[in-house]
Amino acid sequence: MSKKNFLKPDKSNLYTYLYLGSFLFFISILDVFLNSFFKLNLTGFLPNFLSFLLPLILGFIGLHFIRIEYSGINKLDLLNKHINTNNFNAILSLLIIFVIIKSLPPLLSWFVIDASFAGDSKDVCSGSGACWTYIKVWIRRFMYGMYPNAEQWRINLSFVALMLLGSVGYFATDRFKKYLTLYYVVIYPLIAFLFIFFFISGGPVFFDFSYGIIAAILSIIIGFFVPSKLKFYYFLIVPLALYIILKYFLFFDEYIELGKLDGLNWVETGAWGGLSLTFIISFFCLIFCFPIGMAFALGRRSGFPLIRYISIGFIEFWRGVPLITVLFMSAVMFPMFLPADFFIDKLVRCIIAISLFEAAYVAEVIRGGLQALPRGQYEAAKSLGMGYWRMHIFVILPQALKLVIPGIANTFLALVKDTPLIFVVGLLEIVGMLNLAKTNPKWLGFAMEGYVFAAIIFWIICYAMSKYSYNLEQKYKTDR
Amino acid sequence: MNFKLKDIVPQLITVLAVIFIFGFFTYNAQINMENRGIDFGYGFLSQESSFDVQFSLIEYDGSHSYFRAYLVGLLNTILVSVIGIIIATILGVIVGVARLSPNYLINKFAAFYVEFFRNIPLLLQIFFWYFAALRALPLPQDAEAIFGVFFLTIKGLYVPAFIWQNLSIFLYSIVAAALAIIIIRIHAKKVQENQGKQIPVFYISLGLLFIIPLLSFFIGGVSLSFEVPVLKQLATTSFIYEGGVSLPPELIALTLSLSLYTATFIAECVRAGIQGVGKGQKEAAASIGLTPNQVLKLVIMPQALRIIIPPTTNQYLNLTKNSSLAAAIAYPDLVLVFAGTALMQTGKAIEIVSITMFTYLTLSISISILMNWYNKRIAIQEK
Repeated sequence: MSKKNFLKPDKSNLYTYLYLGSFLFFISILDVFLNSFFKLNLTGFLPNFLSFLLPLILGFIGLHFIRIEYSGINKLDLLNKHINTNNFNAILSLLIIFVIIKSLPPLLSWFVIDASFAGDSKDVCSGSGACWTYIKVWIRRFMYGMYPNAEQWRINLSFVALMLLGSVGYFATDRFKKYLTLYYVVIYPLIAFLFIFFFISGGPVFFDFSYGIIAAILSIIIGFFVPSKLKFYYFLIVPLALYIILKYFLFFDEYIELGKLDGLNWVETGAWGGLSLTFIISFFCLIFCFPIGMAFALGRRSGFPLIRYISIGFIEFWRGVPLITVLFMSAVMFPMFLPADFFIDKLVRCIIAISLFEAAYVAEVIRGGLQALPRGQYEAAKSLGMGYWRMHIFVILPQALKLVIPGIANTFLALVKDTPLIFVVGLLEIVGMLNLAKTNPKWLGFAMEGYVFAAIIFWIICYAMSKYSYNLEQKYKTDR
Repeated sequence: MNFKLKDIVPQLITVLAVIFIFGFFTYNAQINMENRGIDFGYGFLSQESSFDVQFSLIEYDGSHSYFRAYLVGLLNTILVSVIGIIIATILGVIVGVARLSPNYLINKFAAFYVEFFRNIPLLLQIFFWYFAALRALPLPQDAEAIFGVFFLTIKGLYVPAFIWQNLSIFLYSIVAAALAIIIIRIHAKKVQENQGKQIPVFYISLGLLFIIPLLSFFIGGVSLSFEVPVLKQLATTSFIYEGGVSLPPELIALTLSLSLYTATFIAECVRAGIQGVGKGQKEAAASIGLTPNQVLKLVIMPQALRIIIPPTTNQYLNLTKNSSLAAAIAYPDLVLVFAGTALMQTGKAIEIVSITMFTYLTLSISISILMNWYNKRIAIQEK
């Protein structure tokens, strides 16, 4: 046995150091553990200050003893490598361990042990823990806003149906795979639109529009099968003409009656709310902001100076102002810009405003993807004799969009996180409903529970989305 | 001239469409305003505002003009943004470096922080701090002093006020110190280039920055004293603190949530920046005999900063724009004071919303111009 130097532990006295060090480390953790879980103070006989710092000092000495390089014990080496590389790291590790141990009991008791789950009135919530009864009683309001209880199956049914329709891509056989893009870009949004505007709202909101819009969209789909020589003129004239004809010349009251679904009560958009409104808004904004953003991204890289400057102006304007002022604008300024007899619903104005706002961000993300493509791709496409649109649709955009998937996902994430701001125009999604519920005289004083509940929901949604986008990024990673 | 029809038609259509949309809007706006009897103009800015603002950096009350109210809101926005940016940067850099730590616990702790705070909407965080967390603070009469001078109560944070005498001399002395440091730096660079000697510039600058202002206390007649807030009873159950500076709970909730939220994004920028510098750079620098400090200062940092600064500036911009969420908890920022109260009183929707947007736009565009200039300056010059 060689001489022991306690300042410099080495391998020759491995087990002495190991036992001593682990013992001290264990004691320090045990002390904090007992202190926080069972309110036992082992070191109470010491002066206050010393008793407070003792676990840290003991743990530090213990970790110093077991810091032996190449000890030959696998687990010890791993421990040293990961939390115990030097004195500074040892102290930080200890602090983190202590903080975790210290914060567990109050959190656990608030969330679970002292919390009340049963009952349906405020009286059961007398404990010091959280009052989950509050959430239980208000859950319908948080999920569906002021939407009538009896009609909520319509929202559920629509979401389930849309989810099923959305998952079609996973089950498509090879024969139908080539139509998937068309399906997701044109048909699916159209179905979703019909569902929400006819089923959830239950009546002819903007009926005079919707006929025109449906006809215009159908004519666009048909347009893909028009001979390429006439395509340009077809797109230029037919959809707009159809829309105008249907809206201004063929608009009769009987058609309104035709569109009404029997037996469904009309629920005005002011009553929509809660988490379902978050989904509806995010969904529509995503659908609308993507094509607008793509158009402006292409516009910003266009060879025509006028189009380029207009695009730059659009993008920089929306990127430079906060969303809250945009919503203010849609609420108080936008009605001034429209003809006096022309009324657009609050929710629609809101969706338009958010879509335009997010479109600017999407445009910048897509532009990043377009710029990242090597020049060779453009030149190769041109040398094959492709025109501007063919080149972009078949060569450039598929590659560029693949590159910007994470960026788009991040923008969408930001969009979901921005939806609570619609309280500015008086629409109440989940956070707005929480603020409303908080002021109810029967349920005063449960702000914390509500915010924690909403935070958990948003966290799950956003975290799942960010992980999913990361997976997509890995899947579509193209090696260059 | 050989104009091609194909080149002109799309541009013409776009421009016409834009002109049509704008024309349509202005035409409608004119008709609407005529119908409602509102006249367009910015003359209201000089009128008396007759509303009060709770928290203001400059002297303001109801007898001042709307323009003054605008300035109050703008200054409050800038105040929140500056405090938020400072805290977010410090926190973000620490967390970003911590995410690269070899220590498993620190690494995971930082990752947890980032994933936790950035996946919760900012508005929700603001509400949480303001309505739930800060409401749990003690009343003024029950508050315990922190270090004997700070009081954290439900009505806000009370801190001692600085009372300066001859403040201007003190400021001049700081300017003088800064000038001296710049001169010494230039001199040191010259000496190093000509003779190869290194002057410990850092310690000299630190000393100068400390000594010259200190001298102003002894020679220039500058003096500094503190005014500690004192509890005062207004009625039997109502107490406030007098003296000192009081920071309203709205400001605390706002800066706290803004900086905690933005710090997560800055942390990711910092991490990406440091990871972006190749390992070879560090090894090459070490192999030509630079000390670890020099490697960090001369090789790693300049390259990492080139990656870090552009996205971080973007985050600063986001923070400034997000500070407009203050309106949700009634912190008197630009949006609440001007686009809220002033708009309600005057009804000048178009003018006020456009001024507000224009202000934010000016702020963003000037920062992004600055950033582009900086980017060009530090970009690698490739041939």
